[in-house]
Amino acid sequence: MSLDLTRREFLQGAGAAGALTLAPGVFLYAKDPEAPVTDAVRWGLLVDTQVCQEDCNACVDACNEEHNLQDLGRPETDAQWIRKLNVRDPLGGRTISLPMMCQHCENPPCVDVCPTGASFRREDGIVLVDKHTCIGCRYCMMACPYKARSFIHENLTEQLPDAPRGKGCVESCTMCVHKVDAGENTTACAEACHKDGHQAILFGDLNDPDSEISKRIREFGATQIRADLGLNTGVRYQNL
Amino acid sequence: MSIASTRYATLDAGRNYWGLLAVLAGVVLAGFAGFLHLEHEGHWITGMNNQVVWGIPHVFAVFLIVAASGALNVASIASVFGQAAYKPLARLSGLLAAALLSGGLAILVLDLGRPDRLIVAMTYYNFKSIFAWNIFLYTGLLAVIAVYLFVLFQPALARWTRAAGIMALLWRLILTTGTGAIFGFLVARQGYDAAIMAPLFIIMSFSFGTAVFLLVLAAACRGSGRVLGDALLFRLKNLLAVFVSAVLYFVLAYHLTNLYATEHHGFEAFILNFESLYSKLFWLGQVGLGSLLPLALFYSPKTRNCRVSALVGASLVIIGGLIQMYVIIIGGQAYPLILFPGMEESSSFFDGVVASYVPSIWEFLLGITGVGIGLILTVAGLGALDILPEDLSDPEPAS
Ligand code: SF4
Ligand code: SF4
Repeated sequence: MSLDLTRREFLQGAGAAGALTLAPGVFLYAKDPEAPVTDAVRWGLLVDTQVCQEDCNACVDACNEEHNLQDLGRPETDAQWIRKLNVRDPLGGRTISLPMMCQHCENPPCVDVCPTGASFRREDGIVLVDKHTCIGCRYCMMACPYKARSFIHENLTEQLPDAPRGKGCVESCTMCVHKVDAGENTTACAEACHKDGHQAILFGDLNDPDSEISKRIREFGATQIRADLGLNTGVRYQNL
Repeated sequence: MSIASTRYATLDAGRNYWGLLAVLAGVVLAGFAGFLHLEHEGHWITGMNNQVVWGIPHVFAVFLIVAASGALNVASIASVFGQAAYKPLARLSGLLAAALLSGGLAILVLDLGRPDRLIVAMTYYNFKSIFAWNIFLYTGLLAVIAVYLFVLFQPALARWTRAAGIMALLWRLILTTGTGAIFGFLVARQGYDAAIMAPLFIIMSFSFGTAVFLLVLAAACRGSGRVLGDALLFRLKNLLAVFVSAVLYFVLAYHLTNLYATEHHGFEAFILNFESLYSKLFWLGQVGLGSLLPLALFYSPKTRNCRVSALVGASLVIIGGLIQMYVIIIGGQAYPLILFPGMEESSSFFDGVVASYVPSIWEFLLGITGVGIGLILTVAGLGALDILPEDLSDPEPAS
């Protein structure tokens, strides 16, 4: 089966390059940056809401810094790729806090509705916007069930080479695709959460049964937000 | 007035005519200047934001597109269903539809984040996207109307009139279905996820389009010194009255089916409980001002044979229609998305709260540009082509 083959090739490639363990669950692969993106992997994130602290904003700050999302003092139009969502059960008053971002759906409504195909899903599960073909119609924002997208309402300055952005286009969490493609095997939010000692966000390959993320999901289970919509999200949550 | 001998003529290009064109051109230019400013600054100068992503421009644009489809009613009734009384008006019906559609499309393009990428929009297609399909449907309708008008203008092609009319009728029904589906497909939004959206949009198009047609016809006749007979005017008014009632019925059906599903109760209360702005707009604007008052004017014995009442009623239908679009488009977005049913949500991104939307002058300018473009094309068409019959007075009673 070709899928198996690609998968084996991929594992061999990774094995040959060698993996460096930085921290539990965080590996650094010296991956060939030219290697094609395949569906042998499916990148995903696992959030443990029991560990996530309500007063902690480390993931959000890290994302804003990583992609140079500036606070222009206009909360209604400022871009937010990731936000802290507080959820309270009116019965009993239990509260949980969790990071909410693009859920990298396998069947993404934003991709279905995009007239030009600018909104697209990579083989490895990461959903992105092609900034060259987005016409800024915002239909994807209407369609996303998670309000994960932001429209760029003004001229931007001081952009970073890794995160090209521009007025009039729509953007959302890229799952730090520049880091993933460089083989860093983590995202800014996951890194920041680890650094703060909370370890509520775990990045990894959902297709690899031996990855830390797969093991944890297997052992403790994980849910999708709005699972009823059948989108098969790449971001999963524990202890909701 | 007899059908066989209908004679058409252009509007006389006198002082009034050029004056009107100049005023409309001024409106369009002002709007275009606003667009340039918006394009330069970015959308933050509008009231639209990351919660309410489609605003006043879309209210106007969708209204014009839907009304365009409905403005073709008269042509369909004349050419497809063979109603002789409407035949002289088929040309105006086609022209008005094309003009309104162009105005609506112009707004959609001008509001894009990257209007400079129009070429991209026309060369990259995602065929899964109903939006992409609509681009075809809209430009296609312009072509279909062009063919239809061409056939109408050539006496030699008279036997093709019905075929062209059927083509236009089918096309516009699909087009309005497609426009409604833009909203109907948004499964995650409480206010939109309903199959009834598509038929609702069709019946709205009949109502808004006929109202605009009636007013434009009356204005064109008055401006050019033609007599518009009571019989024809009241006939159109009665048709409009039926459509207004039908819209009301569909709106009722929409809310009743929504009320049946408990998961939609929150949104229904939001629109129906008379507390939110959108609820007030719904009851006072859409239902009261835009439906019940015109129906009263159209049907009550005191006013039903009054020309002014017919014109006022049609104007109210248009105002009510814009309000209805506002409730559907803005209200549907202002109501919070539900990520955790039954839970209370809060965040820095306005989760769990009704989103605010305060439209700015810039968005109104975009909307008015579209209306201006629609009207300027109509007036120019009437001046350049033999669209309007010379005589629309009532036929002599048979002796
Ligand atoms: S969460 Fe929203 S933006 Fe992300 S893939 Fe799903 S639909 Fe698209
Ligand atoms: S805003 Fe851009 S990415 Fe979103 S649907 Fe429109 S063209 Fe596609």
